[in-house]
Amino acid sequence: MSTGLQGATLDRPRLTTPIGPEDHTTGPSTARVTVVEYGDYECPFCGMAHPVVKELLRFLEDDMLFAFRHFPLAQIHPHALDAAIAAEAAGAQGRFWEMHDLLFTHQDRLAPRDLLVLARSIDLDLERFAEDLTQRTYEPKVRRDFMTGVRSGVNGTPTFFINGVRHNGGWDLESLLDGIRATL
Amino acid sequence: MSALAAGTAAPDFELKSTPDQSVRLSDFRGRPVILAFYPADWSPICTDQMALYNEILPEFKRFQAALFGISIDHAWCHLAFAQSRNLHFPLLADFHPKGRVAQTYGVYDDDIGMSERALFVTDGDGKIHWSYVAPIGVNPGADGILTALESVAHVAVPA
Repeated sequence: MSTGLQGATLDRPRLTTPIGPEDHTTGPSTARVTVVEYGDYECPFCGMAHPVVKELLRFLEDDMLFAFRHFPLAQIHPHALDAAIAAEAAGAQGRFWEMHDLLFTHQDRLAPRDLLVLARSIDLDLERFAEDLTQRTYEPKVRRDFMTGVRSGVNGTPTFFINGVRHNGGWDLESLLDGIRATL
Repeated sequence: MSALAAGTAAPDFELKSTPDQSVRLSDFRGRPVILAFYPADWSPICTDQMALYNEILPEFKRFQAALFGISIDHAWCHLAFAQSRNLHFPLLADFHPKGRVAQTYGVYDDDIGMSERALFVTDGDGKIHWSYVAPIGVNPGADGILTALESVAHVAVPA
């Protein structure tokens, strides 16, 4: 209720911060479909959505640009913020997506010591990685992601935006594809 | 029944925030108040919504805003729910008489015996500045609240 216009916007919110240089993306920037996910590495639903997103990327190949933004719910997921910082620290060494995949496939092992083990397994410069973790170097970046999500109407994790509009449907492959078809 | 609209005086109420403490709305004059009515503790969507607000508390504090979750659950139920989710803001028990405050605000759903998922932001004078009822099953997020807080004109916003 309230004014109908604002109500309609709140029901179907739009991404307020388009994909930019600060984002980690995969896929061609000219793709017809852009998908932005706001996720939390310790969230079990995001963990379930992770292979679905990979399948979607395989399915759409050159037609899809995908970006992942951090939305750690740190009060219910005690390791989520550290894990997000770890992904960024790996990203600083050019290995964001490898760490991203590892975090989602090791959701039960995200304590600080586990993060170092993951970093070692992809041959990161461990000293630099550990320093970035303890100094929380990329916490401001994670926080910025979080706030762009809040302002775009992220209401839980995972939340997907398809071509800039919040996807209110499910996040199985069919529902995401339906959401994509609806925007084309 | 339709939700009280912007410009209406927010009806005062006193509800239990814990088994032995109460909150009276009019005690919060001078600052914005966010009232987040939701159907029930423990249901998945509410849990997401309250977890989200919990994370955004520092943003709400920038506006000196007080946040209250309100449902028909008993104070003991709220206590267990808040502890389990590590919530740092009060949940008010609209338990007895059941749903009376939700009814006063026009957001009680008589068919299901619970309140709708509705948001109200009041200004420092206790007037409703913004209200919104989310569709069934949709978590409304926090953007509408922040936009409303930004437009509560006479509240200073330190960056």
